[in-house]
Amino acid sequence: MEMKPPFETIVTEHAAMVLRVCRAVLGPHTDADDAWSETFLAALRAYPELPASANVEAWLVTIAHRKAIDVTRARQRHAIPTDTVPERPSTIGNPGSADHDLWNTVKALPTKQRQAVAYHYLGGLPYQEIAEILGGTTDAARRAAADGIKNLRTTLRHPVKEAKE
Amino acid sequence: MNDTTHPSAPDNSRAVADFSTQLLAATEPAPEHLRLLHQRLENSADAAGILDIAYTTIDSPVGPLLLAATEKGLLRVAFEVEDHDTVLEKLQSKVSPRILRAPRRLDIAAREIDDYFARRRTAFDLPLDYSLSRGFRGIVQRHLPEIAYGSTQSYKEVAELVGNPHAVRAVGTACATNPLPIVVPCHRVLRTDGTLGGYVGGLEAKTALLTLESVA
Repeated sequence: MEMKPPFETIVTEHAAMVLRVCRAVLGPHTDADDAWSETFLAALRAYPELPASANVEAWLVTIAHRKAIDVTRARQRHAIPTDTVPERPSTIGNPGSADHDLWNTVKALPTKQRQAVAYHYLGGLPYQEIAEILGGTTDAARRAAADGIKNLRTTLRHPVKEAKE
Repeated sequence: MNDTTHPSAPDNSRAVADFSTQLLAATEPAPEHLRLLHQRLENSADAAGILDIAYTTIDSPVGPLLLAATEKGLLRVAFEVEDHDTVLEKLQSKVSPRILRAPRRLDIAAREIDDYFARRRTAFDLPLDYSLSRGFRGIVQRHLPEIAYGSTQSYKEVAELVGNPHAVRAVGTACATNPLPIVVPCHRVLRTDGTLGGYVGGLEAKTALLTLESVA
């Protein structure tokens, strides 16, 4: 029987990937941190039932996709005018400015393109898995990622700078 | 190269590959940020009651020790010679795969073990989870803490004390498979002739523990 690694191994191996994906979808702020935390908490809860043969990246990105939607909805609910809660600054880590330009450019992409870029180029998922997460065909997922990358490259005329967190 | 549908594909796919490499480099999260997120996960998993096994590693005079605990108590102490990764894999298959490096739950155990090695402590006072100690082995392992600090018993004596005088070899097995060495003092069990017998952490470690206790 194939052995599943302890959950700690899953976190160690995929923590950075999931954070990249959450930041690409939500921006490099506490929203992304919240989505990351909710993703790994939900994954830990469900881990005993995950088959040993499962594609862990696809499983995590699928959860992150749902948690990012939850966080977005929660933010929209909190955005009503009567709500006086100010936007929280990031409590952990402070994304540098070069980093910020990049994330802002990613954020400006149409949703489908942003998700496809995040899940393929940052999450490492094949287009077939992305199609399952986003709905639609594999070709549509491939096109969305290609268009997204094209748009990013056009906008970021200069080469991507190193993040200085 | 032969892709006729995209005449510019070779150049373009090369450029995209370069760009995506740059993208990954530029979006590499800071290790400190990931460390804090991990800590947050440890706390929320514990609060949600789904941190089945928390573990940490500590340094000791007998080498690095792995400490693992459930919500019930200390579940496992492992020497480096047992290979900590292997021990964790066994815990995942025997107990639960919901395992995180989460040192806070091991704070008391770590402190008591430190105190023991500093000769500030002669007995452990912390909740133990005996789930890994089944049957006769479990009976023997539960008896071991009755052997006082600085004293020893023979495998034969232990067999008699647990009411099974002929089970000398089984007592040996129980000591060899003790999931909580140091805290459950299987190192205080010797052969009848006074020689060491075996030890899960190696004979050097057994000698070190007995020496530590004898000069107290």
